[in-house]
Amino acid sequence: MSYPADAILVLVDVTPTGDAAPSTAALLGAAAQIGTPVALVAAPAGTAQAAVDAAGSAGAAVVLTADADATALTVPLVDALQAADALVRPDAILVSNSIAGRDAAGRFAARAERALLVDAIGVSRDDEGIVAHHSVYGGAYLTDSAATFGAPVITVRQGAIDARAEAQQAQVEELSVTASGAAAASVGAIEAVEATSSRPDLRGAARVVSGGRGLASKEKFVLVEQLADALGAAVGASRAAVDAGYIPQSHQVGQTGVSVSPQLYIALGISGAIQHRAGMQTAKTIVAINKDGEAPIFDVADFGIVGDLFTVVPQVIEALEARKK
Amino acid sequence: MKIFVLVKEVPDTYGDRTLSLATGLAERGASDAVLDEITERALEVALVTAAANPGSEVVAVSMAPETATASVRRALAIGADSAVHIADEALRGADLGVTAKVLAAAIRRGAPDLVITGNLSTDGSGGVLPAMLAEHLGFAQVTALSAVQVSADAVTGTRATDFGAQEASAPLPAVISITEALPDARFPNFKGIMAAKKKPLEVLSLADLDVDIDPAVAPQAILTAVAEKPARAAGVKITDEGDAGTQLVEFLVQNRLV
Repeated sequence: MSYPADAILVLVDVTPTGDAAPSTAALLGAAAQIGTPVALVAAPAGTAQAAVDAAGSAGAAVVLTADADATALTVPLVDALQAADALVRPDAILVSNSIAGRDAAGRFAARAERALLVDAIGVSRDDEGIVAHHSVYGGAYLTDSAATFGAPVITVRQGAIDARAEAQQAQVEELSVTASGAAAASVGAIEAVEATSSRPDLRGAARVVSGGRGLASKEKFVLVEQLADALGAAVGASRAAVDAGYIPQSHQVGQTGVSVSPQLYIALGISGAIQHRAGMQTAKTIVAINKDGEAPIFDVADFGIVGDLFTVVPQVIEALEARKK
Repeated sequence: MKIFVLVKEVPDTYGDRTLSLATGLAERGASDAVLDEITERALEVALVTAAANPGSEVVAVSMAPETATASVRRALAIGADSAVHIADEALRGADLGVTAKVLAAAIRRGAPDLVITGNLSTDGSGGVLPAMLAEHLGFAQVTALSAVQVSADAVTGTRATDFGAQEASAPLPAVISITEALPDARFPNFKGIMAAKKKPLEVLSLADLDVDIDPAVAPQAILTAVAEKPARAAGVKITDEGDAGTQLVEFLVQNRLV
């Protein structure tokens, strides 16, 4: 069969349960802005029907499926990407800037000798081809990059793209992949760190509530979780809160932690050191509550409250609960 | 066991970092240059591994301008046995593809058993180099390790994924990347600083490595535009007089955020 001349190949991150990762809709949305999305779902045969269906619903015109061994790290994904690339000859390859995505994109770009454009917050097309847009140095600069020639491999920051594509009656096709035999690490099953949590994952969350040193103790950090639950938000933290042991490092937002670009970011008791701002200032709306009116977080806040978070936050939660009734 | 550790000089994140609006390149003179903390942690993993495997040698590798000598020496002062510093004007503004090719060439000539890197640098934060290096070297890669053990012929550990942790292992030689869940580096003491002056520091040019970075050979990433982001307009700032929480909820409702 033939593939769209303006095909954009999208590698779908597949979750351990065979679903499409939350990044999928944005990746396909971005792809639809610059061409016709062709999704690749690489997972052990027959385990990822949910991801295949999700890719169609999220706008893929074609979904290629590949049987990829989940016990070998990265290499099966790269082999599948290579086969899909050869078949579809896309104008660009979009991959989530997730841990799995970065590994696959890096190995594939090195193997196929493609320009690699990383951590894009947007993509577009001009007369000369595909352009990736980036926000660098903690959002202080906006840059554009492009490949000198050839289809670029682009990793897309999770949560950064609002565009969504229309659902398609996707044509599903099994991809034939020749194993490269490249050395691969063996990996075990993924054990969810917070299997009991019903909160959204920090990466890619639409709303994030973060707590800092101002929470004063691990016990009182619960207030952050309560506000997050009232908003259906993910829980983040500043490095100070992590270092103080209020919450595990996996929740750290910032330069050395997770970068987030939610619609709403609420910073509680966070002073706003540059390292923290680096990880959150691309949020669409920023709210800060802090006792210290001079805290740098207020420089980037759309709505700042100078006050005691222990009196303000319960009032917020109460007002939110009242609205739900 | 021969262990290569990638160390990287970066602009200090404790200050404002600047990009040249003319070239899009980092203005190295505008902020203090430091060794990236995550690469110091990678070096710590190398030193602990070397100590547990007698006869090991730790080589710090950096691709950086000539001015980065002090940072490379810091890796020696912390405890690396020797260092390789790839410095060449032709590498100014090198993209990830060129960087990976050059680093792989420098590492390959040392016949490594293990290559250790940080998972993400604080400046580029691409997070792709470990996998690119592994592909070039023909090794397995084990990325995002939060715990790691190295034996004479294999590396095992716990790695972070986007959905939870998993156990991972690979035979040597391999490339691994570590996260900041692993311990911070030891601080160089006076003895280490003095010893560093006598340790071998090899400076290599592109010609020494015989790598072709001609942009006609393979596509490269180029910056096509760079702009300073307009400062965020200061928003509403109120002092709580008993109703700030209610006002915030009104703000969220008006902006369709709840």
